Amino acid sequence: MTRIGVVTFPGSLDDHDALRAVRLAGAEAVPLWHGSDSIEGVDAIILPGGFSYGDYLRCGAISRFSPVMDTVIDAANKGMPVLGICNGFQILCEAHLLEGAMIRNANQQFICRNERLRVETIDTTWTCAFAKGEEITIVLKNGEGNYQASAETLRKLEDNDQVVFRYLDNPNGSANDIAGITNERGNVVGLMPHPEHNMEELTSPTTDGRRFFESVLNFLVARA
Amino acid sequence: MPRVVVNVMPKPEILDPQGKAVTGALQRLGFHGMSVRQGKRFEIEVDGEVTPEVLEQIGQAAEKLLANTVIESFDVVAD
Repeated sequence: MTRIGVVTFPGSLDDHDALRAVRLAGAEAVPLWHGSDSIEGVDAIILPGGFSYGDYLRCGAISRFSPVMDTVIDAANKGMPVLGICNGFQILCEAHLLEGAMIRNANQQFICRNERLRVETIDTTWTCAFAKGEEITIVLKNGEGNYQASAETLRKLEDNDQVVFRYLDNPNGSANDIAGITNERGNVVGLMPHPEHNMEELTSPTTDGRRFFESVLNFLVARA
Repeated sequence: MPRVVVNVMPKPEILDPQGKAVTGALQRLGFHGMSVRQGKRFEIEVDGEVTPEVLEQIGQAAEKLLANTVIESFDVVAD
């Protein structure tokens, strides 16, 4: 069975939802710990949402230097699928696995709402089960989700097809309406919305989150 | 103890929502003609003298952890 690890940092909030989402998707959920440098031989890794280290200094800045991250960075550079959700996306940016950074929402408010997104590329390990240009709804909840990068980086992301999700109705001032991006190789994806909350009809208006997990499972099976 | 200060500021081209909110509040309080950008100040106490090597080391610490140079710039000053 495919094993997907979810890292718990001090202050992680959605690690258990992410573990549950992995189980609902039919994979084995493996809890990973920030203080250990072991990733327990998993096939893919999720950095979950939350407020690791209380968002002190900058969101994700302190978590990025936790022992597990050296192993995560190493695995990501070797091609392992890594998904960063919200705070996880911020950690991936701080770790330079993804480019750019998140600042406070342009309107200064914490935003919690269902967010319409367009899938801009399916050439990643976490979006290959979508259709290019498909419009999906995933819940968004954050205070610092305003994606920013230099003009040069934005141009590069656009030219290389590394913008994975775009907001249809930009909630936070993100440059180029960017909700999620990938690295050059397409194995590391980060996004601010929370696919792990869109897994079941009882608790979410769509089950579009399931496709993230289907994507990575399809990818891993095809590669095996 | 000798002290070194690291000032971290959002880069000029990056929107500063906090500074903008503070600017708005100042205007409402009657402080006109002022535009604020908000940054961070780190006071670092060091063992021994503040040598060029110490400043260099603190510069590295700022580059690595205290500032995110994608969105922020910093300077290092002996206090």
